[in-house]
Amino acid sequence: MTQPKEKLDKGKLLELYRKMVLIRRFEEKASELRQAGFIPGFLHPYIGQEAVAVGTCAALEASDVITSTHRGHGHMLARGADPKRMYAELYARQDGYNRAKGGSLHMIDTELGFLGANGIVGGGIPLATGAALQLRRKGSKGVAVSFFGDGATNQGSFHESLNLASLWKLPVIFVCENNLYGEFTPQDKHQPIRDIARRADSYAMPGEIADGNNVLDMLRVTTEAAGRARSGGGPTLVEAKTYRHRGHYEGDMGRYRSAEEVEEWMAKDPILNLETELLQDSRIAQQELDHVRDDIEEQLDAAAGFAEASPHPHPEEALEDVFAGSNRAAPS
Amino acid sequence: MTTMTYAQAIREGLDEAMTADNEVFLIGEDIGEAGGVFGVTKGLWGKYEDRVFDTPISEEALVGAAAGAALLGGRPVAEIMFSDFSTLAMDMLVNQAAKTSYMTGGRLSCPITVRMVTGTAGATAAQHSQSLEAWFTHTPGLKCVAPSTPADAKALIKTAIEDPDPVLFFEHKMLYNLKGEVPGELDDLPLGKGKVVRSGSDVTIVSYLKTLHEAVKAAENLESDGISAEVFDPRSLVPFDREGLGASLERTGRLVIAHEAPTTNGFGAEIAAIASESFWGLLKGPLVRVCGRDTPVPYAPELEGFVLPDAQRITESVHQMMKQEVATKA
Ligand SMILES: Cc1ncc(C[n+]2csc(CCOP(=O)(O)OP(=O)(O)O)c2C)c(N)n1
Ligand SMILES: [Mg+2]
Repeated sequence: MTQPKEKLDKGKLLELYRKMVLIRRFEEKASELRQAGFIPGFLHPYIGQEAVAVGTCAALEASDVITSTHRGHGHMLARGADPKRMYAELYARQDGYNRAKGGSLHMIDTELGFLGANGIVGGGIPLATGAALQLRRKGSKGVAVSFFGDGATNQGSFHESLNLASLWKLPVIFVCENNLYGEFTPQDKHQPIRDIARRADSYAMPGEIADGNNVLDMLRVTTEAAGRARSGGGPTLVEAKTYRHRGHYEGDMGRYRSAEEVEEWMAKDPILNLETELLQDSRIAQQELDHVRDDIEEQLDAAAGFAEASPHPHPEEALEDVFAGSNRAAPS
Repeated sequence: MTTMTYAQAIREGLDEAMTADNEVFLIGEDIGEAGGVFGVTKGLWGKYEDRVFDTPISEEALVGAAAGAALLGGRPVAEIMFSDFSTLAMDMLVNQAAKTSYMTGGRLSCPITVRMVTGTAGATAAQHSQSLEAWFTHTPGLKCVAPSTPADAKALIKTAIEDPDPVLFFEHKMLYNLKGEVPGELDDLPLGKGKVVRSGSDVTIVSYLKTLHEAVKAAENLESDGISAEVFDPRSLVPFDREGLGASLERTGRLVIAHEAPTTNGFGAEIAAIASESFWGLLKGPLVRVCGRDTPVPYAPELEGFVLPDAQRITESVHQMMKQEVATKA
C-alpha cells in the first residue's frame, strides 16, 4: 500500500514528521491557550488527522491552491503557514493572518495558495472547483485541492461540484477526510454508505480510498491524483479514512463515541505510525526525532509570545475592508 | 410562575405543542440525542423518538422535507443550527414555502416553523453571527417572530407552530441562558402584538432580541440622567404591531430604533418608514437608528463591540437626539 520509503530521502521523511508534529503541538497548545483565556473564538482541533493534510500537501507544488474547512489549522500548517501569524489571528491581534477579522474559521494565506478555512460545511468545495477552472484558463499546471469532511458529502455543494468538475475535466483533488462523524452524528446515521469514495462513480471520476493515518499512503494516492489532474485527466475523489482524537470542538467531551472505538483509533495514531516506521529505518535515530520535537516547542513558544505581544486592533478598523481596495465601509 | 431560561422555555413550548398535536415533529442537525448544539431540544428525542428527526448536514433537504411534509398536513419545526446556514435553504424558504399559499390561489399552505439561531455569541465571526431577519421580512408570505424573553419565547413558539403559514422564529444565542418568569398557564399570544417593556414619556426605544435588553439598560441609564424612556418590544416583525408603536409614540413623540442586524435595509428601516408614514404628526424630530454597523461581524471582541449596538451607544444616541432638538429649537 504505502510508498516504498526508500524512494523518499531522509530529509523529506523528516520533513513529513516535522509537519505532523508541528500540527499536533500547535493544536494542543491552542487548546491550552484557549482554556487560559487567550483565544476568544471556536476551535476545531485537527489532532489525529495530521497525516491527511501533510501527505496531501507534500504532493503539491507552489502553483497549487487549497480550500479548507472549519478544521483548517492542519491544512494551513501543512502548506507552510507561519504559526506566529496563526496564533496572532486566534488571539484576535493585528498581526494575525486576517487582521483579527476572521479567527480560526476564516484563516487565509493567499501567498501559499491557501484560499481559506471555511465556516460553512461544504463551502470550500465549489470554490476549489472554480479555482481549478481559473488555473486552467490561465494555462497554469496548478491543481486545486479541496479538503472536507464526511459530513460535507451530504451537501448539495459536494454533488454539484463533483459533477461539474468531472464534466469539465477540471484539475481538482477532492480530499474527503472521513473521520466517521459529522459533529455528534456517526457516519451510519448520516449516510447509507461506508466508503464515500464510491460517490465518485456517479460522477465518472476515480474514487480512491487512502489510509488517512498513514502519511506515506496519503502521499502516494494524492501524488497520483495530482499527476492525473495536471495532465488533463480531470478530478479525483480521495477518501482518507481517519479519526479525530478530540471532540468536535474544544469543549465537546465526545461522549457519543465509545471508549473502545477511541482507543482503537488512538493505537493507529498517525504520528506514532510514522515514528515507528522511521525508527525501523536505520538511517534515522531517536535523537533526530527528539531534536525535531524540541525545535517545534521552541517555535511554538515563540509563536505564542509573538501573538501575545501583537497589538489589539483599534475598534474603528472594524469599518475597513468591507469592500476591496478601499478601507471604507458602505457609503451610508 | 416558574423561573426558566429562554432555551428551556422554547423546549417547553415545543414539548407542549408535540403533546397537543401528533402532527408536530422536529427536524434538524444534531437535534436528537445530542439535543442540539445549544441544547434547546435536549430530552425531546427521548420523549418523542419517532418525531425528532436528526438529519445529515443538508439544509436544503431538511427545510425542504419540512415544507413537503407540511403540504400534506404535517406541522414540522425545523432548526437551522446557525441562521447563517439558512442561505443553503433559500430556495425552499423563499421560492417554495413563502409562495405556496399565494401562487396556488390559496389552495395549498405550508405551515412550517423554522427556528433560526441568530446573532453573535461572542467572537463567532462572519459566518456564525448574522442577524438575517430583514431578508425574510422582505419576502411576502413569511411571518417573522423574534421573542426576547422566556415567557414570550414559549408562548410564541406555540403560536408559530399553530399558525397556518410559514413562520421564521428568530432566537438569539446570547439569550438562551437568560432566566425569566413563565406562567404555568400561559395565555395564547397572537402574532403582531407588541409589548411595552418599560414605560416612559420622553422617548420610545423599539428593539427586539438581545438588543432589547441593551435598550432596557439604556433606559435605566437615561432615567438617572432625567430622561424617561419607554421600551417597546414588537415581538413579531411580520405581522408588526403598528397600533402599539403608535400608542407609544403618542406618549413620547420621539423614536429610537435599535437592533443587532446591520443598519442599511435592516428591519429598523421599515419601522422608521411606518413611523413616518403613519405617525409623522406625533414625532417631535427625526428618528434615530442605533443598529449594527454596515459590516460583516468581525472576530476580535474589540471589533465586534464596535460594530454591534449596546446600552452605551443607545444611551449616547438618545442624549444626542435630545441635545440636537434643543439646538434646533434655540
Ligand atoms: C452549512 C453548515 N451546516 C452546519 C454547520 C455546523 N457544523 C460545523 S462542523 C459540522 C460537522 C462537519 O462534519 P464533517 O464534514 O464530517 O467534518 P468534521 O467536523 O468531521 O471535520 C457541522 C454540522 C456548518 N458549519 N455549516
Ligand atoms: Mg467528519
